[in-house]
Amino acid sequence: MSTATRRPTLAVWKFASCDGCQLTLLDCEDELLAIADAVEVAYFLEATRATVEGPYDLSLVEGSVTTPADAERIRSVRAASRRLVTIGACATAGGIQALRNFADVEEYLGIVYATPSYIETLSTSTPIAAHVPVDFELRGCPIDRGQLLEVVNAFLNGRAPEIRAHSVCVECKARGNVCVTVAHGTACLGPITHAGCGALCPSYHRGCYGCFGPSESADPRALGDELRRRGTDDVDLVRMLRTFNAAADAFRAESTRLERAPR
Amino acid sequence: MDGRTGRDEPDAGRGTPAVVVDVDGLDRMIRGLARAGYRVVGPVARDGAVVLDDVDGVADLPAGVGDEQDAGRYRLTGVAGGALFAHTVGPHSARRFLSPPRRTLWSAARDGDGFTVDGPAADDPPVALVGVRGCDLAAIAVQDRVRQRSPHPDPACASARARAFVVAVDCARPASTCFCTSTGTGPAAGPGHDLALTELTDAHGHRFVVRVGSDRGAAALAGVPWRPATAADLDAAARVVGDAAGRITRRLDPARARDVLAAAPEHPHWDDVARRCLSCANCTLVCPTCFCTAVEDVTDLAGGHASRVERWDSCFTLDHSYLHGGAVRGSTRSRYRQWLTHKLSTWWDQFGETGCVGCGRCIAWCPAGIDLVAEVAAIAGAPGESGP
Ligand code: SF4
Ligand code: SF4
Ligand code: SF4
Ligand code: SF4
Repeated sequence: MSTATRRPTLAVWKFASCDGCQLTLLDCEDELLAIADAVEVAYFLEATRATVEGPYDLSLVEGSVTTPADAERIRSVRAASRRLVTIGACATAGGIQALRNFADVEEYLGIVYATPSYIETLSTSTPIAAHVPVDFELRGCPIDRGQLLEVVNAFLNGRAPEIRAHSVCVECKARGNVCVTVAHGTACLGPITHAGCGALCPSYHRGCYGCFGPSESADPRALGDELRRRGTDDVDLVRMLRTFNAAADAFRAESTRLERAPR
Repeated sequence: MDGRTGRDEPDAGRGTPAVVVDVDGLDRMIRGLARAGYRVVGPVARDGAVVLDDVDGVADLPAGVGDEQDAGRYRLTGVAGGALFAHTVGPHSARRFLSPPRRTLWSAARDGDGFTVDGPAADDPPVALVGVRGCDLAAIAVQDRVRQRSPHPDPACASARARAFVVAVDCARPASTCFCTSTGTGPAAGPGHDLALTELTDAHGHRFVVRVGSDRGAAALAGVPWRPATAADLDAAARVVGDAAGRITRRLDPARARDVLAAAPEHPHWDDVARRCLSCANCTLVCPTCFCTAVEDVTDLAGGHASRVERWDSCFTLDHSYLHGGAVRGSTRSRYRQWLTHKLSTWWDQFGETGCVGCGRCIAWCPAGIDLVAEVAAIAGAPGESGP
C-alpha cells in the first residue's frame, strides 16, 4: 500500500450494550498506533468527539436493537458502511438484555419505572443481523482483543479473518488444560461454545460460561443430557444457557424446550 | 546403591543384561539428560491429573499418585508405597512435544515489490521424554510411519523426533480404560525406547530394573550408580507386568474392528452415537496417533509481514472437511463415523496397521463418556458393554 493511498475509514457504533467491546479496541494499547496508521478513525465517540462524515469503509457495530429508533438507525449505519462487522454478544445474539425475549416487557416496565409510558422500547432485544445484512459477526462477551485485531487486519489485507467456529474444547486441549468436566466433575459449556476466548475459564478451573455463544455444531441437548447424568438439574441448565447469548438460536431452543418439558 | 558407578556404560541393545538403579540413580539420570542439553519432560500431577511437563528431577514426579479412569471420568488417587509411576496415561502424550499444538512454519517480510522469506527458525532443544508407556511408545512409532508415508515429511517434526530421547516405563496399575493387551502395545514397553524401566517397590527397596535400548540410552547411564539385575529382580519385574496385563479387561480385536466398520457405513448405530456426541473434538486431541493439522496465515496490520502457522485440527471441526461451498461432513453422525472408521479401519488401508494403540484416552477424556470399544461392540452386534 503506498502512502499516497487514502487510509480506509473506520467507524464504531453503539447500540444497546455496555461499551465493553468498544473498549477492547482502546485496550489494544500496543497496536493502537499501528491501527491509527492503517485506518482513519472517522467516527468513534468513545475515543474522540471529532467525527468525519460517512460513508465509512469499515463499521464496527456494538450492541443490540431494543428500541424502534435503533431499528431505524441501524439501517442508516448500514447504508453508510462499505463493510459492517458486528462485535460482541449483544450485536451478534441480542446480549444479556435478550432475557426480555423470554419475559413480558410490559410487566418489567410496570415494575421498574414510575411512569412506564415514558419508555419506548421493543419487546425483544435482537442482533444486528436480524435487521440488516452483516459482513462478519465477531462473537464474545466481551470480544477477544486478538480476534478484533485479526478482523481489522483481515479487512485491511483483503483476506478472510482467521476466526474459527469450532468448540472451546479445541482451544482448551491446545492449551494443555486438564478438562474440568472429566477430572473435576464441573459443568462446562465448552463442548457447545464457539471458540475465541482461548478457553479462559477452564484455564482457571472454571466451567465455560458460553460467552461466545453456540459453536458451529453446538448440540445443547446432548450436552444437557450428559450434564444431567453428572448431576446438573434442569433449572441450572436453563440458567447456564440463558446468559449473554440466551437468544442465540441453539441456546434459546434448548432452554425453551427444557422450560416447557421439565424432567 | 552398591556396585559400580558410572563410567562403565552397560552395553546397548536387546538381549543385554538389565541393570538396576535406585531412585537417586533415576534422579541423576534425569539431571544428566538436562546437562546434556535435553529439555526433560515427564509426568507431573497438576490440576487433578497427571500431565506432561518440564521436570528437574524425581522430586517433580508424582510419587504415590495413581489414577482411576472410566468413560468420561478421570480422578487422581493415592497409592501406597510411593511409586513414581503408579499412574497410567493422562490427557497429554508425546505428540504434544514432537508436533506441538501451534508452531510457525515460515514467515516473510515485504521487500519493495517482492518479499523475503525469513530463514528457518533455529531448532528447539531436543526433548527427553521420561515415563513413556507402552501404548505411547507404539503411538510414536505410528506417527513415524505416518510421516514416512508423506511425500513431504515435515523437517522440524522429523528432526524433533529423531533427536528425542525416550525413557519408557512398564505399567503396573492399568486403568479401566486401558486395552493395550488387545493392540499388543503394553503394559510392557516395547521397542523404540532408549531406556525402559520397570519400577519395583517391594521389600528389597524402591528401585528400577532398566533395559537399555540404544547406545544413547547406555550413555545416559554413565554417571549413574547401577548394578546388574539379579534373577530375583527380573522375576519381580516380570510379575509386575504380568499382574498388570491380567488386570486389563477391556477388549478390542483390531482386525475384527477393521472388518466390522468397513461393512457398516450405514449402520443405524451411528445415529445413536450422534445423539450423544458433542462434536467437541476432545477424543481426537487427546489421541496420541491423531495427526491432522491446519494452517493459518497471520499478517501484521501494515501488511509488511506474514507468517504461516500450523495448528492441531480435528475431523470434528466443520472446516476440516470444507470444500468450496460447504463442509463435506456436515453432521455429527458423519464426523463420528469418520473418526472411528479412520482410526480403526481405513488406517489399515492407508498405513497397513490399526491407528489405535489402546491407550483409552479418547474414552476417559470424552466429556460425553463415549467409549469407542463399546461403540464398535454395538456395531458388531457383539455382547459387551453397551453404550450409556
Ligand atoms: S474443560 Fe470444558 S472446554 Fe475444556 S475440554 Fe473440558 S469440556 Fe471442553
Ligand atoms: S483411538 Fe482412543 S484408545 Fe486408541 S490410541 Fe486413540 S485415544 Fe488411544
Ligand atoms: S494402555 Fe497399557 S501401556 Fe497404555 S497406559 Fe494403559 S496399561 Fe499402560
Ligand atoms: S466422541 Fe466424545 S470427545 Fe469425541 S467429539 Fe464426540 S463427544 Fe467429543
